[in-house]
Amino acid sequence: MTAPISRDDVAHVARLARLTLTDEELDTFTGQLASILDHAADVEALDLDDVAPTSHPYPLENVVRPDEVRPCLDRDEVLAEAPSAEDGMFRVPPVLGEAP
Amino acid sequence: MSPVERFQTAAGVAAAVATGERSARSVLDEHLARIDEREGEIHAFNHLLADEARARADEIDARIAAGEDVGPLAGVPVALKDNLCTRGIPTTCSSKILDGWRPPYDATVVTRLRDAGAVVIGKTNLDEFAMGSSTENSAFGATRNPLDTSRVPGGSSGGSAAAVAAGFAPISLGSDTGGSIRQPAALCGVVGAKPTYGRASRYGLIAFASSLDQIGPFARTVEDAALLMEVVGGHDPLDATSIPEPFPDLRGTLGRGVEGLRIGLVEELLGGEGGFQPEVQARTREAADALEAAGAKVDVVSVPASTYGLSAYYLIAPAEASSNLARFDGVRFGLRDERATMGETYDATRTAGFGAEVKRRIMLGTYALSSGYYDAYYGKAQRVRTMIIDDFDAAYERFDVLLSPSSPCVAFPLGDKTADPLTMYLNDVCTIPSSLAGHPAMSVPFGTGAEGLPVGIQVMAPALGEEQMFRVAAALEAAAPGGAR
Amino acid sequence: MTATETSFTELPHGYRLVVGLEVHVELHTATKLFCGCPNQFGDDPNTNVCPVCLGLPGSMPVLNAQAMELAMRLGRALHCEVRPSVFARKNYFYPDMPKDYQVSQYDQPTNVDGHLDLPDGTRIGIERAHIEEDTGKSTHVGGANSSSKGRIHDAAYSLVDYNRCGVPLVEIVSRPDFRTAEQAKAYVNELRAILVATGVSDAKMEEGSLRVDANVSVHQPDTPFGTRCEIKNINSVRSLGRAIEYEALRQVDLLEAGERVIQQTRHWNEDEGRTHMLRSKEEAEDYRYFPEPDLVPMVPDPARIEAIDAALPRLPAERRAALAEAAGRTLPDESVTIVVDRGLDELALDAVAAGADADRTLTHLQHDLDPGHAANVPAAHLAQLVELETSGALTASQAKQVVAEMGETGKAPEAIAAERGFEAMDTSELEGIVDEAIAANGGAWEKYCAGEQKAQGAIVGHVMKATRGQADGKLVSQLLEQRRSA
Repeated sequence: MTAPISRDDVAHVARLARLTLTDEELDTFTGQLASILDHAADVEALDLDDVAPTSHPYPLENVVRPDEVRPCLDRDEVLAEAPSAEDGMFRVPPVLGEAP
Repeated sequence: MSPVERFQTAAGVAAAVATGERSARSVLDEHLARIDEREGEIHAFNHLLADEARARADEIDARIAAGEDVGPLAGVPVALKDNLCTRGIPTTCSSKILDGWRPPYDATVVTRLRDAGAVVIGKTNLDEFAMGSSTENSAFGATRNPLDTSRVPGGSSGGSAAAVAAGFAPISLGSDTGGSIRQPAALCGVVGAKPTYGRASRYGLIAFASSLDQIGPFARTVEDAALLMEVVGGHDPLDATSIPEPFPDLRGTLGRGVEGLRIGLVEELLGGEGGFQPEVQARTREAADALEAAGAKVDVVSVPASTYGLSAYYLIAPAEASSNLARFDGVRFGLRDERATMGETYDATRTAGFGAEVKRRIMLGTYALSSGYYDAYYGKAQRVRTMIIDDFDAAYERFDVLLSPSSPCVAFPLGDKTADPLTMYLNDVCTIPSSLAGHPAMSVPFGTGAEGLPVGIQVMAPALGEEQMFRVAAALEAAAPGGAR
Repeated sequence: MTATETSFTELPHGYRLVVGLEVHVELHTATKLFCGCPNQFGDDPNTNVCPVCLGLPGSMPVLNAQAMELAMRLGRALHCEVRPSVFARKNYFYPDMPKDYQVSQYDQPTNVDGHLDLPDGTRIGIERAHIEEDTGKSTHVGGANSSSKGRIHDAAYSLVDYNRCGVPLVEIVSRPDFRTAEQAKAYVNELRAILVATGVSDAKMEEGSLRVDANVSVHQPDTPFGTRCEIKNINSVRSLGRAIEYEALRQVDLLEAGERVIQQTRHWNEDEGRTHMLRSKEEAEDYRYFPEPDLVPMVPDPARIEAIDAALPRLPAERRAALAEAAGRTLPDESVTIVVDRGLDELALDAVAAGADADRTLTHLQHDLDPGHAANVPAAHLAQLVELETSGALTASQAKQVVAEMGETGKAPEAIAAERGFEAMDTSELEGIVDEAIAANGGAWEKYCAGEQKAQGAIVGHVMKATRGQADGKLVSQLLEQRRSA
C-alpha cells in the first residue's frame, strides 16, 4: 500500500502539470486528493498480476490511413487564433533551455 | 401535459418540413421564442446562434422548395454541447482557457448533422471540460434544471439535457465519459444514450478521457434518440478508434417489443448499501416488472467487479485528462497570460485558465501516472477495467440487457454537493461501469421520485448491442407511468 | 583542452571508450505520421499544418500505413524482430511539441534485437528501432545581448513553425558496442547507405532528416562501464567523431583529476569544438508514459513481414561480401567497400564473371568510372577493356582514359583506343627508348644500380615523357630490372 499523498507530492505534481498553487490551495488539494485516493484503496489492494490491463475498451488493431495528402489549414485562419504571431509563425516568450 | 405532447419531436418536425407542411424557419422561430422566454433563468446555452440558425433554416426551406431531399433531420433544431468543435463558432468547453476560441474545423458529428439537414441552434453549457455531474463547474455560470430551477440539471452535459427538457430544441448532442449524458437525462426527465465506445466519431470532440468519451443524443422520445444516433453514428476514418461495422437501423427495431428478451437487474447497482433514494429503487423494480409484464424474462444478476468502477474511473479518467489537457498552454490558441519566459507563461496561463475541479483532476491524473505510482494506480485501474469487462461478459451470457437506476437520486439543489468532490463523484456510481467496459447504455424516464422529480432507468447492453438496448428503452417508454412534470 | 582533428584508437591512462548511438531518421513518406499534411522540407512556415499536427483541441491521430511499412522495412534491414507494437504518450511541455506530449513507442516498439555489421566486420547490436513523431522548429530571436537569430539563451522571444511537427521518425537505438569514434562514424555511414538503399529515408544530415545523439562513457578494462553523457546537436559524421573524442577526453580528465562523471545531456558546439552541459539527468523529467488511447495496437501480419523480406534490396554488407568473394578476397577491402558505396558492384561482378581480372576491374570502378555513367558501360565492354590492359595492348594510364570515355560515350573500348591512337607499343621500340633514358640520366642509373630503388623514378619519368604516357609503367620497370641484373 502506498503512503498517503503528501503536501510535497501535490506540489511536485502541480509543477509537472504546470499549475501554480497558493499555500491554501495546496492544503485543500492535498486533503481532497488524499480522500479520493483513499476511496481508491479498494482497487489498490487487489492482487491483479494475472489480469491484463485494458487500455482500449473496444479491441481494434492495425487501423491505418493511406499515405495520401489532404488539404492543410489556411495559415491566416490558424494564426488569427494565436495569442501572438509574427512572420507566419507563433510567437512565444523566450524558452530558456532545450527540449528534453 | 408531458413534454413530448407540448413540444414537437425531431421525427415529427423533419417529416413536416420535408413535405413542406411546415417551414424550417417557423419551427426555428417557435424554438427561439421558447428560448427567449426561459433561457434567462435556465442558462442552457453558452452561445445562442440565432442569426446563423435563421440563415440556415431559410437555406433549408429554399432547398426543399427546389425539390431537394435535405436529409433525415430536415429543419430540426439541434443544440450542441460546447465541447464539440464548430468551425468559426466559439467552442469553449465552458472554460476560461478557451474563451473566444473559434476552431478552424468541424467535428465529424457536426458535419453529419449538417449533411442531414439539421439546424444548429446553439452551443450548450457543461461542467468545465465535461468534469462534473451538475453543470455547476462552468466558467460561465451554472445551468438550472427546467423542471425546478433551484435544482441542477445534472452533468456534465447539463446544458444539452436542459435545452431538450425546456423545449429549446427537440434533440441535442452531449458527450458521456462516466455518465455525462445518462445522469443529466435522468435528472431532466429526457432520454439520453451513450453508444458503444467507437460507434460515434470522437474527431472534433474536445477530449476529456479518450478511452471513455463517447458522443450521444438527448431527446424527448426514444425514437428521436435513435434517429439522432443513426445520423451521427457509424465509422469515421478520422478516428482510429471508430468501429468499422455499419451502424444498425435502430428505428426499425423499436416496435419489436421485448417478448423473450432476458433482462438482468444488476444487484450491485441497486443501492443496497444506502445512498440511493428509495423512490429511485422502487421505480427501478417497477420498470423491471413492467418489462416482465411486456413479455421479457427478468432476474437479478451480479456484476461483482462493478463495485470497483468508481475507484478505477477516478484514476483512469483523470490520468488521460492530465495528458489531454496539457495542450491548453497559451501557445497556439485560447488564453495566454504572458510572462517573461515560456515556463512562467505556461504556469500563469494554466493557473488562470482552469477552474478548481479541472485542476484537481489534472493533479490526480498526473499523480496516478507519475514515476513510482503508475503501477499502483493507473496500471491497477486498467486491470480492474478488464475485471469489469469479464464480469459483464459473464452476465451477458445469460442476459440480453441489464437494468439499473441511471442516478442514485433525483435532481438535487444547486450547491448541495459542491463542498466535497467525492460526494459529487458518487452520482456516477451507476453509469461508470458500462463506461469502463465501453458498452452502450441509455437512460429512459420512468415515473417520478422525491419532490415529483423524474427518475431515469438505465438500460445497458453488451458492445454493439444498441438494437436490443433501444428495443427495451422503447418498451420502458411505453410502460412509463404518466405524470412526470 | 580543445578537440583535435586527429582521431585516436586509444585513450590516455589505459581508459577504454564505450559509445552507443541513438539515430533519428525521418521516413520518406508523402504525408506526416498521423495526418495528411505533406511531409516536405523547406516550405513557408506553418503552411503544412492541420488540426492534428497543430494539436488543436478535438483532433485525433490516424497512423500512416506507409510509415508503418517503412519502419518495418528498416527493422528487417537491420535484422530486427518485428513485433506487435503500442504507441504511448511521452508527456512534457515544450512549445515545439503542440500537444505537450509526443506520441512514440515506449515499452512495445515495432523493432527489437537487430544488428548492423560494419565494413570491417564489427557487429553492432540494435536494441530497438521505434516509431515516433517529429517536433516543430523554434527560431530564437535575439535579445539585449545579441541581434542575431539562433541563440536560445539570450533570446528575447521565439518563433515556432509546425511544418516539421508530426513528420514520421524512426529512432534507432544501438547497444553500447562502439569502442572507437571511427566505428561510430562507419556505423552512421553504413546506416545511411541502408536507409537510401531501402528507400526508407533520404538520410540527409544537413537537412536534419538523419540526426545522431551519442552516449559516451569511459572505463578501465575489467571494470563496469562508466557513467555516460548524452551528446546532442551533432550535425555531420565528421562532428560525430570529433564530439565523441572530445567528450571521452573530457571524462578521462575528470576521472584523472579525482572527480566523477555526472550523468547529463551535453550539447556539441561545432564552432568551439567542445561540449557543454544542457541539463543533468539526475533531475530527470518524469514523462508519465502511458498507452496512447487514440491509437490502437499494431500487430504485424507474418505474411506481410515475409513480403517485406522478399522485397528487400541487397544491402551493402551482403553486396560487399559477394563482391569480395568474387574478387578472391577473404574480407571486403577498401576497393570493394568503395565500389559498393558507388553502386558499381553489379557491374564489377558481371565483368569478373565475364572473365575480367578482378583487381583491375575494381581499380577502374573505384577511380575511373563516374557512377552516373554506369548505364553506358555494359559489363562486356568493361571486361574487354580489362582484357586489353592485361594483355598489354593498353597501358594502365591508357586504360584509365578509355574507361572514362566509355562512360561518357557508351562506345566499345577498341573503338576508343583506335580513335585515340592507343596502340600497343612494340617492346623493341620501348627498349630503345629505355636505353636512351638510362643514358640521359646517368646519376640516377648509378644510384639505381647501387640498390636505391626509387632512383628509377627519374628514368621512368623520362620514358613516359618520351612516349607521351603511352608506355606501360610495369613493362618499363621490368626492362630496367633486366638491365640492372644483366
